[in-house]
Amino acid sequence: MVGIITYGVYIPRYRIKVEEIARVWGANASDITGGLGVFEKSVPDMDEDAATIAVEAARNALRRRAINPEEIGAVYVGSESHPYAVKPTACTVGEAIGATPVMTAADLEFACKAGTAGMQACMGMVKSGMIKYGLAIGSDVSQGAPGDALEYTAAAGGAAYIIGNDDPIATINHTCSFTSDTPDFWRREGQDYPRHGGRFTGDPGYFKHVKGASRLMFEQMKTTAKDYTYAVFHQPNAKFPQKVAKDLGFSMEQIKPGLAVPRLGNTYSGASPIGLAATLDIAKPGDHIFVCSFGSGAGSDAFDITVTDAIKDKINRAAAPSVEKLLANPIYLDYARYAKHKGKLVMQA
Amino acid sequence: MRDVAVIGIGCTKFGEHWNRSFRDLFVEAGALALEDAKMSGEKIDAMYVGNMSAGRFVEQEHIGALIADYAGMASRHIPSTRVEAACASGGLAFRQAVIAVASGMEDIVVAAGVEKMTDVEPGASTDALTGAADREWEGFVGATFPGLYAMIAKDYMHKYGMTREQLAHVAVKNHYNGARNPIAQFPSEITLDTVLKSTMVAEPLRLFDCSPITDGAAAVIVAPLERAKEFTDTPIKVLATAQASDSIALHDRRDISTLDASVAAGQRAFRMARLTQKDINMVEVHDCFSIAEICAIEDLGFCKKGTAGKFTADGETALGGKIPVNTSGGLKSCGHPVGATGIKQVCEIVTQLRGDAGRRQIENAKIGMTHNVGGTGATVAVHILGRV
Repeated sequence: MVGIITYGVYIPRYRIKVEEIARVWGANASDITGGLGVFEKSVPDMDEDAATIAVEAARNALRRRAINPEEIGAVYVGSESHPYAVKPTACTVGEAIGATPVMTAADLEFACKAGTAGMQACMGMVKSGMIKYGLAIGSDVSQGAPGDALEYTAAAGGAAYIIGNDDPIATINHTCSFTSDTPDFWRREGQDYPRHGGRFTGDPGYFKHVKGASRLMFEQMKTTAKDYTYAVFHQPNAKFPQKVAKDLGFSMEQIKPGLAVPRLGNTYSGASPIGLAATLDIAKPGDHIFVCSFGSGAGSDAFDITVTDAIKDKINRAAAPSVEKLLANPIYLDYARYAKHKGKLVMQA
Repeated sequence: MRDVAVIGIGCTKFGEHWNRSFRDLFVEAGALALEDAKMSGEKIDAMYVGNMSAGRFVEQEHIGALIADYAGMASRHIPSTRVEAACASGGLAFRQAVIAVASGMEDIVVAAGVEKMTDVEPGASTDALTGAADREWEGFVGATFPGLYAMIAKDYMHKYGMTREQLAHVAVKNHYNGARNPIAQFPSEITLDTVLKSTMVAEPLRLFDCSPITDGAAAVIVAPLERAKEFTDTPIKVLATAQASDSIALHDRRDISTLDASVAAGQRAFRMARLTQKDINMVEVHDCFSIAEICAIEDLGFCKKGTAGKFTADGETALGGKIPVNTSGGLKSCGHPVGATGIKQVCEIVTQLRGDAGRRQIENAKIGMTHNVGGTGATVAVHILGRV
């Protein structure tokens, strides 16, 4: 049955605290930490971008399970911060892990859910027999304009999933999506930073679509929140996933392992894939995992996943760092060095 | 002049109506008012609509014709007029309707108010609202409405020694009332702590001192009192209509923490109705900011200048107090769709006088008052309504 063969995550080691950003803009940090439930966010190094993060995540996936990279027939990288507007990140990743040239590749964009959209595409190709393995990655060095509310959460990180049929560590029993044309958040060609519709991103954006896809999953799988061991939701902040989980009947215990955002920030395309990875890091055979991503624009992909015995003997989870390990021991930056890392300071050639 | 009565009221839920348009809102309010008056639209002779800034909020002008058209009146070619006086647009639309009927010119007249504010970003709505102040002398130099009312609050607290906690009681009381009003935008009870720990907006005003950005519409139908029984068993008589103006800029006022236009309109209304403050059972005042309610209840004469903070903290303006203020939840909790607010105030008083206010009902309510302010007090409309 189609499922996850292996997975890997990469998070840059640098962090900036919400207090430090608030200090620069004269905002009250406790209003922000209290309102969003985010305390710090990851920051890429100066030479890190969505492509390097995708490569690191893919390599971490391969460290855990030694599959032949030449058997990866498709590479999809979902991001809204692809380093090139034209020239695929997916080719860089494919080359770096030795999957080229007999493979198809493409970059995907669906705000924060392009990573899970890639997983669905790989599932389809694996199930139809077109490919043996597909690699789907969600990776972002998220953009938030200086002074904008997004600046407190826009973070960097990514997760990679190899999808296949042979001895998956977790079967993906079903996936379904809920999509509409909703302008809650956007960035036009040539613009440096995205814009958002303020409070409009909440109810008509996140909550409508996450609940839409989640309820569709309950209906199609004849399940309720109580049937799952864990649940992972897209986490632009800590408040939204906790609220939607509660509204759908999940407990805080179910979502806790996959809620990385308080110490990580919003890694956009990486967010739900990293949340799922953090859950797989601690999962046992038989655990039943619910996942629902969200991308502005807007849509959600839901997944019903069951962890198999293969998680014990077919992969070596310790061969690559867990999400917990990647979050531990950070290096904190002040705003000036953060600005340098994020390319917000324009330097002379 | 003929006596005038309110024979029908209708109000949409106030809030963020992202899936509904400007016209959807006033059509719903109008339909509710017609249903309430048990009449069909064919009886309507004229319409007045209060709207501050549809041009800025939804890029639509020519609201008079639009509202008549979408109310199904286009083929009847009735006169329909937009009235604009910033946040007092609704109060003035009601006054125009009352005058039209009182004069004998028209019989059945709709007074409506509508504002759709959430289709633009918060910065754009704040700027549109700044048009209610003096753009050249206030807006262009950076003043916003929270800033202007913060100056009123600072001046007031300096002169009269009102405490920050006393000011917070205004919001706590209005949220208590709003929690009992099914149309309220924020129908939740809050504590003093909620106010005192909320985000600072413009010192000393915090988030919970400020009314929200709101979509909503309200409509009332007025008729000659002698015909009112054709439509309703409980007509509510308009006992007084008054309006006053003042300098548009705050800094040109005689005293920035007294709204002289409120004083003038209040006195005119009491004179016209031959009533005093003691006769009023409840009043809807314009609490766009908590300090505005403090000034209003003094300017209308319900308590002495400088004492409204203590008066409020002592519970005298709460349900069951000496003079219940803003039983609807006020602009703070019920919401403030600018052009609709003055009409919503009339709807609330009519609801109270009919005895239909449920858990926020004032017992044995016979006479109520509305007070609707434009800008920082450059226009004020005051109405007194009573049971027949």
